Amino acid sequence: MLNIAKIRNGLVIDHIRAGLGIRIFNWLGLDKAKAPVAFIVNAPSKEMGTKDMLKIDETIAIDYALLGFIDHNITVNVIENEVITEKIHMTLPERVENVLVCKNPRCITQVEKSAPQVFVLSDRAKGVYRCEYCDEARGEIDLR
Amino acid sequence: MVTGRHLIEPKDFSIEELEGLFALAGRMEEQPREWRDAAKGKLLASLFFEPSTRTRLSFEAAMLRLGGSVIGFAEPGSSSAVKGESLADTIRTVSAYVDVIAMRNPKEGAALLASRFSTVPVVNGGDGGHHHPTQTLTDLLTIRSLKGRTEGLTVGFCGDLKFGRTVHSLVQGLARYPRNRFVFVSPPELRIPDFVTKEIIDKGGIEYLETEDFEKALPELDILYMTRVQKERFFNEEDYLRLKDSFILDGAKLRRAKADLAVLHPLPRVNEIAVEVDSDPRAAYFAQVRYGMFARMALFASILGVA
Repeated sequence: MLNIAKIRNGLVIDHIRAGLGIRIFNWLGLDKAKAPVAFIVNAPSKEMGTKDMLKIDETIAIDYALLGFIDHNITVNVIENEVITEKIHMTLPERVENVLVCKNPRCITQVEKSAPQVFVLSDRAKGVYRCEYCDEARGEIDLR
Repeated sequence: MVTGRHLIEPKDFSIEELEGLFALAGRMEEQPREWRDAAKGKLLASLFFEPSTRTRLSFEAAMLRLGGSVIGFAEPGSSSAVKGESLADTIRTVSAYVDVIAMRNPKEGAALLASRFSTVPVVNGGDGGHHHPTQTLTDLLTIRSLKGRTEGLTVGFCGDLKFGRTVHSLVQGLARYPRNRFVFVSPPELRIPDFVTKEIIDKGGIEYLETEDFEKALPELDILYMTRVQKERFFNEEDYLRLKDSFILDGAKLRRAKADLAVLHPLPRVNEIAVEVDSDPRAAYFAQVRYGMFARMALFASILGVA
């Protein structure tokens, strides 16, 4: 196991499904971060087998609804003076706007390009979202 | 109160609101003359981005019989959609002129989108293969008028149950009432989709049966909802020819049915109901068309707040 130095003030994004870390890294724009960032892939995990992790030595603003949508198993630890002061657990948001794109060729959003792409959670257990307009189901992660 | 509301899908209205509409439609059917000025001075926009004679005329007849007026177009060729105008802009413009909009559009979700940009109520007259709520209102009103109730009925659906959105919507509509049971009669290729049996029927704990044996299913039915089996739904002509006659209602099959069965069909009919059935008192599909107009009259009067 690699040893990464403790961060002083910032965020640890933990329990990321292995392989998904790079997408979250890119989504958060961490390639342009000024503060030190550690990106760990395939870290051993008792519950998950392997997991990805991100350690950011800076407190940045994150859209937790969207992060929950990307992977609702993620926990975000808020670190202040090297101590965890808050653990934020993600949940699947009830609706996401302009995150998923409807692939149904018969959907009005295919021709009405200015319409927001709205998906509503229809099955929390299975993580199924449906297009608010045509009801087409989407389960997999597909960032716009 | 449904005044000022949109109707995009059947479940937009509660059971109580539907019952209110059906009672009003019943009064309109009994005394149509009393309603001939109810919507005087009100204007309907009838926007048909896809041709549909029956539904469009039903909407327009309903508004005219309430004393209102109608503007609109019957095909997209005569709308600004051909110039590339967005639906959102068309609706913003039209809703500045009228009191209510009835719209059919081939794209799924078009009515919901229209409702987001309209300043007046939008009634969905069909958005592709998605929703067609005034057909469901029509079907429920027909059943309620002919049987005196919409609960405790054994309802058979026959034909194309896979692609028939009227079937899916009516199942959803009837599943909201207690003690209805369903019998689905279709070839395996066109059986009722899982999202209907799992999402609607199983969740409601409703009893249902799937069968290919039309004759055996017929005697227990209170309502028979026939649909068209279309040739293009089959992979090959052989299957179509083998199966098509199994799902045709004729006089001989009807002899096995209850004396008070009501046969419904969303129309147009092709050959799935033999013409000889038309003269049978159980044939209710043309009465159903008439109920459709009263359902839309009651809907407009309620939405416009003139009932």
